[in-house]
Amino acid sequence: MRAVFLHTANTVLGSSMSDRDRHRHQPGPASGARTDRRAAARASYRAGARAMLPLAPAVTLFAASFGVLARSAGFDPAATVAMSATTFAGSAQFAAVSVLAAGGTAIAAVVAAVLLNARYAPMGLAAARAFTGGRLRRLLESQLLVDESWAFAQENGRFDRRRLVGAGLVLYVGWVGGTAVGVVAGGSLGDPATLGLDAAFPALFLALMVPLIRTRNALAAALGGAGLALILTPISPAGVPVIAATLATLAGLAPRRPLRGREAA
Amino acid sequence: MTTAWIAVLVIGAATIAIKAAGPVLAGDRELPIRAGRVVELVGPALLAALVASQAFASDEQLVLDERGAGLVAAAVALLLRAPILVVILAAALTAAFLRAVS
Repeated sequence: MRAVFLHTANTVLGSSMSDRDRHRHQPGPASGARTDRRAAARASYRAGARAMLPLAPAVTLFAASFGVLARSAGFDPAATVAMSATTFAGSAQFAAVSVLAAGGTAIAAVVAAVLLNARYAPMGLAAARAFTGGRLRRLLESQLLVDESWAFAQENGRFDRRRLVGAGLVLYVGWVGGTAVGVVAGGSLGDPATLGLDAAFPALFLALMVPLIRTRNALAAALGGAGLALILTPISPAGVPVIAATLATLAGLAPRRPLRGREAA
Repeated sequence: MTTAWIAVLVIGAATIAIKAAGPVLAGDRELPIRAGRVVELVGPALLAALVASQAFASDEQLVLDERGAGLVAAAVALLLRAPILVVILAAALTAAFLRAVS
């Protein structure tokens, strides 16, 4: 485990360096431009995939524990894996299965899951312009949108579809594969919380959020979003706090001013 | 059909539609400038909300547990300009250590 982490540490560090260099690189004369663009595209897919590798063990273990939970709630193996393959959203799946396990109705499970996944609507809207190609292609690629891939795909307030796809594919394989492992292995797997893996996700989101705070408006949106989420947690159903945090984006209506010491994007 | 399968199919279809709505319907439209300035803040606002709820929420309650300690460790690592993998490891190892000793 340790060797794996050290190895991924090297690749992540390596890729972030070469990313920076690539951005500095100016496109050459027309003859080399197309090869350059293709190489840059491949590098974006790879950057997305590599960035998610350190998270892959955590994602796989959580998926396995979802598999165990769903089986114990009376899901057959096919339904358990089908849910991970189609819904592909951890919190909603855990919520739906927990509702059914506690004797709730299918309608209650659907409502809980839809509330938790409603945040993907504003996230998809924010990333919408990055998607290209026909409607079917956009529909398929948008399914790789999850918190982690969406968070990593943004840079300087813009979204990179290739980073989202590269990151999303790694997470998808880990999530669906991990679910299958949980279905087969059952309760013999450890609890991811013992390894502190549940603490990895807020840390990741914090690390990806900080570089986005370049203007006063962005700072206000972040503080407002966190504040709304905290205030609403004890008084609203799960899922509502994060959705309501979208209201904090109204800070964008204020005049734009850079934070001291940072340039506006 | 079992209740489980009904839930799987309905939730799956709803989630696919929610995720696809923006990219499919608004993907080829230019947003007005003011709307663009609001939408570009979805990143900071929702990431901050995810940080808050994943570190401090548990079963619709606010709690201060090992995840909060992990978040503090992550913030310190970020202040020290540590790479992202170190930030994540700092949080996970802090939470795992505190759970092991408590």
